[in-house]
Amino acid sequence: MDEPTLRKTVFDTLRRIAPEVTPADLEPAVPLRDQVDLDSMDWLNFLIALHEKLGVDIPESDYQKLVTLDDVMGYLKARCG
Amino acid sequence: MIEFRLPSLGAEMEDGTLLEWCVKLGDRVKKGDVVAVVDTSKSAIDVEIWQEGTVEELVLTPGDKVPVGTVMMRLREASEAGAPAATNPAAAPSPAATAPARPAAAAARTAPPTTAQRPAESPKAAAATPVAGAGERQRASPSARALAHELDIDLATVAGTGPHGAITREDVEKVAASRKATKEAPGSVATTKPRLEAPAATAGGAPVRAATPVERSLAMRSAIAAAMARSKREIPHYYLATEVPMQRITRWLAARNAGKPITERVLMAAPLIKAVALALRKFPELNGYYQNGSFVAGEGIHIGVAISLRQGGLIAPAIRDVADTDLDELMRRLANLVSRARALSLRSSEMTDATITVTNLGDQGVELVQGVIYPPQVALVGFGKVTDRVRAVDDGAIAVMPAVTVSLAADHRASDGHRGALFLAEIARLLQSPESLDVAADKIMK
Repeated sequence: MDEPTLRKTVFDTLRRIAPEVTPADLEPAVPLRDQVDLDSMDWLNFLIALHEKLGVDIPESDYQKLVTLDDVMGYLKARCG
Repeated sequence: MIEFRLPSLGAEMEDGTLLEWCVKLGDRVKKGDVVAVVDTSKSAIDVEIWQEGTVEELVLTPGDKVPVGTVMMRLREASEAGAPAATNPAAAPSPAATAPARPAAAAARTAPPTTAQRPAESPKAAAATPVAGAGERQRASPSARALAHELDIDLATVAGTGPHGAITREDVEKVAASRKATKEAPGSVATTKPRLEAPAATAGGAPVRAATPVERSLAMRSAIAAAMARSKREIPHYYLATEVPMQRITRWLAARNAGKPITERVLMAAPLIKAVALALRKFPELNGYYQNGSFVAGEGIHIGVAISLRQGGLIAPAIRDVADTDLDELMRRLANLVSRARALSLRSSEMTDATITVTNLGDQGVELVQGVIYPPQVALVGFGKVTDRVRAVDDGAIAVMPAVTVSLAADHRASDGHRGALFLAEIARLLQSPESLDVAADKIMK
């Protein structure tokens, strides 16, 4: 999957959980949960949706690596080939 | 004949708008069926019925906005064989005809089915609109029974809004009040005109719709304002808090989740809620309602979970029988409840069954919650954020470990600080033995 497609998938997934989000307004290096009001249930649903769309397994021990949008993109890119 | 009335779906609810019927004339309904969608200020709610019968008449039309307690539809009970055809207006029983006169009503509960259809002995009986028909067992709280007896109100004429349609003291008071109102102003709630044909549009021809987000947001604000103002006006709150070490349970939960696919992992919220439920078994005075001057213990431990909504406001629907639910099931129910609450798709029982509320504001980063009790409940438990804290450990050493501050806001009319403190200590104790939270309570307690 190329990067623009992956980015679109991530944004689409995020907007399903937080419809008010405008992707262009997101700062890629600022913690995502600080920018978008996501509680732990929202965050889990976000990761579950990414797992289901992309087939990427995200162990709980990796949650701490996924803080910013850049982190999420990098993590998924490395695992989506 | 059963009259199904608009139930109260929360302390602050005064009226509701019928959005749609989920049943039609002639449909058979059973306990737990969703019969209608009603818009309240908080949400569009799937309204369930707790009786069985065949739909005989849909009194309300989609778009009708009516006060709580208004007759929505009439049902023929399963036992009422050979009743007149539902669609024949001439044969449709009038409210007066279906109302057993008060002296006969008590007998009607155990009498053969036909008794319920006996014509009223006096026109006055129409005001005492019956709800329960023949052969039906009436669930009611002891204090509701006492009050009904005192005011000479037959319980068969009262619509129950408590768990599983049980009659609460408030329900009895409502009937007493509406009788008074009916006497003073004929044409009020109790005398809704029957309408057999229900066009799916309002009188003006506009299609029926749920409130817009802006309307809902305003309405929800005022509903929260009413409930919280009532809480602070009426409930003498006391507040307690304690710090609970979370090292063991954090490790335990991580190990438990490690072997599971992401869709089966459990969030910390589930064991926290479970610990509250188990602790409540020892502190029943914190689980229930304070109504009309006395505490009524909850019939089960049904925990209202405060869920903030993205568009603003919050809602606290109930998860039933939490103590008897294992963590995987509790997590599934929690996730399901949160997603349906956010999609504004809840069921009426979820809006009314909570016997206590738990709020977890830790996600928002605060350490301490000092909650406002949701009336008529008598307690609210708050969990703050799990953070690493410096703690004194054995032998005067210090250590850094994760901890959470759990707080209690409780109604001093129903409980005292001493018991409240013991309750928090019990929650803290339970959280130190996470394995005990992982099984259904009926398996670990005799």
